[in-house]
Amino acid sequence: MDHTSPLTTFTPDMFMRNFAEAEPGLTRKGAIEESNRCLYCYDAPCIKACPTSINIPSFIKRIATDNMKGSAQTIMDSNPVGASCARVCPTEELCEGACVLNDASAPIQIGLLQRYATDWAINSGVQLFTAGVSNGKKVAIIGGGPAGLSAARELAREGFGVVIYEAKSLAGGLDTHGIVSFRLPQSISLWEVEQVEKLGVEIRTGVKVGIDITVEELKANYDAIVLAAGMGYVPPIGIEGEKLAGVYDAIELVESTKTGIPTLELMGQRVAVIGAGNTAIDAATCSVRLGAANVKMVYRRTREEMTAYDFEYEFAKQDGVEFSWLTLPKRIVGDELGNVTGLECVQMKLTGETGKDGRLVPMPVEGSEFIMPLEAVVVAIGQKRRTDLIDALGLKHNWGIVDIDEATYRTSDPQIYAAGDIVFGSGKGEAMVVSAAQQGKEAAYAIVKQYLGQQDSVVGSAV
Amino acid sequence: MADLSINLAGIKSPNPFWLASAPPTNTGYQVQRAFEAGWGGAVWKTLGEPIINVSSRFAAVHFNGQRVAGFNNIELITDRPLEVNLKEIYETKKRFPNHAIIASLMVEPTQEKWHEIVKRVEAIGVDGLELNFGCPHGMAERGMGAASGQQPDLVQAQTTWVKEVATTPVIVKLTPNITDITVVARSAVQGGADAISMINTINSLAGVDIHSWNTLPNVGGQGAHGGYCGPAVKPIALSMVAECARDLGVGVPISGIGGISTWQDVVEFMLMGATGIQVCTAVMHHGFRIVEEMIDGLNNYLDDKGLASVTELIGKSVSRYSNWGDLDLNYKVVARINEENCINCNKCHIACEDASHQCIDMLTNADGKAILQVREEDCVGCNLCSIVCPAEGAIDMIPLENGAAPLTWNERQKVISSLNGSYSEAEVV
Ligand SMILES: Cc1cc2nc3c(=O)[nH]c(=O)nc-3n(C[C@H](O)[C@H](O)[C@H](O)COP(=O)(O)OP(=O)(O)OC[C@H]3O[C@@H](n4cnc5c(N)ncnc54)[C@H](O)[C@@H]3O)c2cc1C
Ligand SMILES: Cc1cc2nc3c(=O)[nH]c(=O)nc-3n(C[C@H](O)[C@H](O)[C@H](O)COP(=O)(O)O)c2cc1C
Ligand code: SF4
Repeated sequence: MDHTSPLTTFTPDMFMRNFAEAEPGLTRKGAIEESNRCLYCYDAPCIKACPTSINIPSFIKRIATDNMKGSAQTIMDSNPVGASCARVCPTEELCEGACVLNDASAPIQIGLLQRYATDWAINSGVQLFTAGVSNGKKVAIIGGGPAGLSAARELAREGFGVVIYEAKSLAGGLDTHGIVSFRLPQSISLWEVEQVEKLGVEIRTGVKVGIDITVEELKANYDAIVLAAGMGYVPPIGIEGEKLAGVYDAIELVESTKTGIPTLELMGQRVAVIGAGNTAIDAATCSVRLGAANVKMVYRRTREEMTAYDFEYEFAKQDGVEFSWLTLPKRIVGDELGNVTGLECVQMKLTGETGKDGRLVPMPVEGSEFIMPLEAVVVAIGQKRRTDLIDALGLKHNWGIVDIDEATYRTSDPQIYAAGDIVFGSGKGEAMVVSAAQQGKEAAYAIVKQYLGQQDSVVGSAV
Repeated sequence: MADLSINLAGIKSPNPFWLASAPPTNTGYQVQRAFEAGWGGAVWKTLGEPIINVSSRFAAVHFNGQRVAGFNNIELITDRPLEVNLKEIYETKKRFPNHAIIASLMVEPTQEKWHEIVKRVEAIGVDGLELNFGCPHGMAERGMGAASGQQPDLVQAQTTWVKEVATTPVIVKLTPNITDITVVARSAVQGGADAISMINTINSLAGVDIHSWNTLPNVGGQGAHGGYCGPAVKPIALSMVAECARDLGVGVPISGIGGISTWQDVVEFMLMGATGIQVCTAVMHHGFRIVEEMIDGLNNYLDDKGLASVTELIGKSVSRYSNWGDLDLNYKVVARINEENCINCNKCHIACEDASHQCIDMLTNADGKAILQVREEDCVGCNLCSIVCPAEGAIDMIPLENGAAPLTWNERQKVISSLNGSYSEAEVV
């Protein structure tokens, strides 16, 4: 594709249009029809496929019988970030993938119904839960993302005094800062934060544990600590030219679009995105929506091996993102002013050999080097580990993945529990909000058990 | 959270949700599972001389892809020995002392038989009795169930016999297979009934298999009439409840039954005069767990309406249900189509054109867009268009102010007859 020079500048209007939620929600009629289609299975497979075990047939029945509050409560009871999950869960791989109607006709649109019910809760402003009676115990939570919020909510319902320490100025973690607005508007995540705050959880934003407050202070002042600090930005890829102007971190790129018009300019530019996970796809579609003239995803393997979900891939194709398969970036090329002008790549081929991870091993084709002319490179090859923080807490870990007891989420320090991306191991597919939420719940239940000595106690009532 | 507990003629229950006497209340195992799931009471599967059942027994009517719009059965009363049922009732009551257990009874219409069974059942401890004068098949041929329930004198006599010995409240369960249900309801009350319940099942044949030419259901190729229940019968049940509720000669609490499957149905029955309700088909379709969504829905509804107790619903719509002759002839509504919500399916047009008053025009507006418009001067306000309309908010029925004072048919007749003594038409009731 020829490089077309920027004809227009990126306007607030374009931003509003391009970054508004892409998928429309269900209409009332749509929700009634869809909810009445649900079979209300017993021991339903969808419940088992949901990491937070939402009672799906029950929340759907409540929509069908016009009990919207009951529906929202059923969802949020199992999943404190159920409104975000309704939008970002890979439902084809989870609940909807398990629906018995997949083969019989078409699966129930569980994600959209979940969104319909939680949207009702957001718009009505009802309070769905109440805090438990204080039990005098205090818990500090490091990180206000899905895992931290989830742990905080369950602990508050059990009567714990909970303080969340959040490094950023807004809580919500990647739901607030890292998942593109056209899939998850920030307001949804902030509503979930507010629901947790309404249970008396104090969120101290702008406080980075290890810097603004010491680990020792936390350990001295709280009965237990939940480490839910997630992962960091994108690590360096280790090729020449990474410091050139025009090279961006995919997560920072997305983050810059979450609160308003970003200062970063991609209008009319040719962009290459390095990586092939969901983050890479988000960065690519984000670039398109920022006005890039051409966006190519550069991946050294093929469609078969990439980890992004099918629906993400389809979404990117619809946005006009192009894919350069079997292409390995070797060097980012810049001009004398330090601006990116191209990406040198080498063509790859699959050897037919299977690697340790079960995927076919790619090999460079000798002499196939070429330079892709472009103005911007976005790097999306995973996330850094928060090793400094973990070390400061003195926890055992494995390359930044905190060691935990699988059942209790307890770390090597009995006072500290860990949940979410910070315990997410590599080679386990893609990290998910819904898993982080579930882990937060489980860590909370383990703390309840350790400090109150009770097991499956009934958590704070619904109102 | 509102108080859901009820007291039906002295029978206390933690909530108005009872299981009707039917397969779900066959055994102690089932009733205990039901109580665990949240049901407040259960009317045990009808006790009497054990019978022999046939196989198969059930059939259903499915409607447009939704299963079990209506349900049909040719099952009889309990086929288990009385002692076994009584032992399980005792055990269940012991485990759930605060739940309502009502024994449903059916015996031959003699004083002796009734005295005997009432004494035996009350001896093991139940919260009340329900006399099954409703089963339309099998038992009726033996002079029981609907056969006795269709004869007001037999209903009264049997109720009297029961009341002679009963120490717990007596509910008489009525058959809908009768022209005017208030007649038997009044007989039951005259016999001393503390409450009435309705409806039992309606005479039915679920269908005929057009390929084998067999009836549905059939027993080895042979069918017999059965009893109909499930969502399809709700309007019939509701009208019968309403008729009894507004009849001053009845005047006892009502346990509403027939087609109830959601909390909204419960609210409707209670507004129309039921003190509590019973459910069978919905449980047969989905299991005991449906009560969870019913309780939650009812609770949230009561909170929304600011009602502290579910009993505040009882009978609130009864006064709004009267006779045709008492309806205001001068009241006028017309249909109005909201273009922004209309999806242009033209269903309202063709319904009005072919089946009502030809007053919905298919037009093109100034922008060249197809629109539908009601000629209000010709509209009789029949509701048909709004009934067939599939789009949310596309047709409103708007009351028109015509300045005329309310005038009912009966008032009109009175005026006419007072003007001209020689002219009279009967009042319409
Ligand atoms: C671009 C992108 C797209 C994604 N898309 C999806 C998707 O579509 N669906 C899906 O299910 N998942 C998606 N994920 C993954 C998902 O966002 C994460 O799995 C999830 O957010 C993990 O939750 P968490 O609470 O463990 O961590 P985070 O959400 O990362 O939250 C951790 C919080 O801790 C704070 N913190 C960190 N260090 C400190 C400290 N020292 N002191 C105080 N606070 C600290 C951070 O500021 C942050 O708010 C995506 C991830 C990315 C990067
Ligand atoms: C299979 C079946 C068996 C029934 N057996 C009895 C019975 O033994 N005694 C009785 O009083 N009613 C019996 N009924 C009637 C129910 O109690 C109830 O009145 C009727 O089904 C209407 O309620 P529903 O629409 O909720 O099913 C039976 C109904 C069915 C479907
Ligand atoms: S969504 Fe599918 S699996 Fe889940 S209850 Fe409904 S029909 Fe059953």
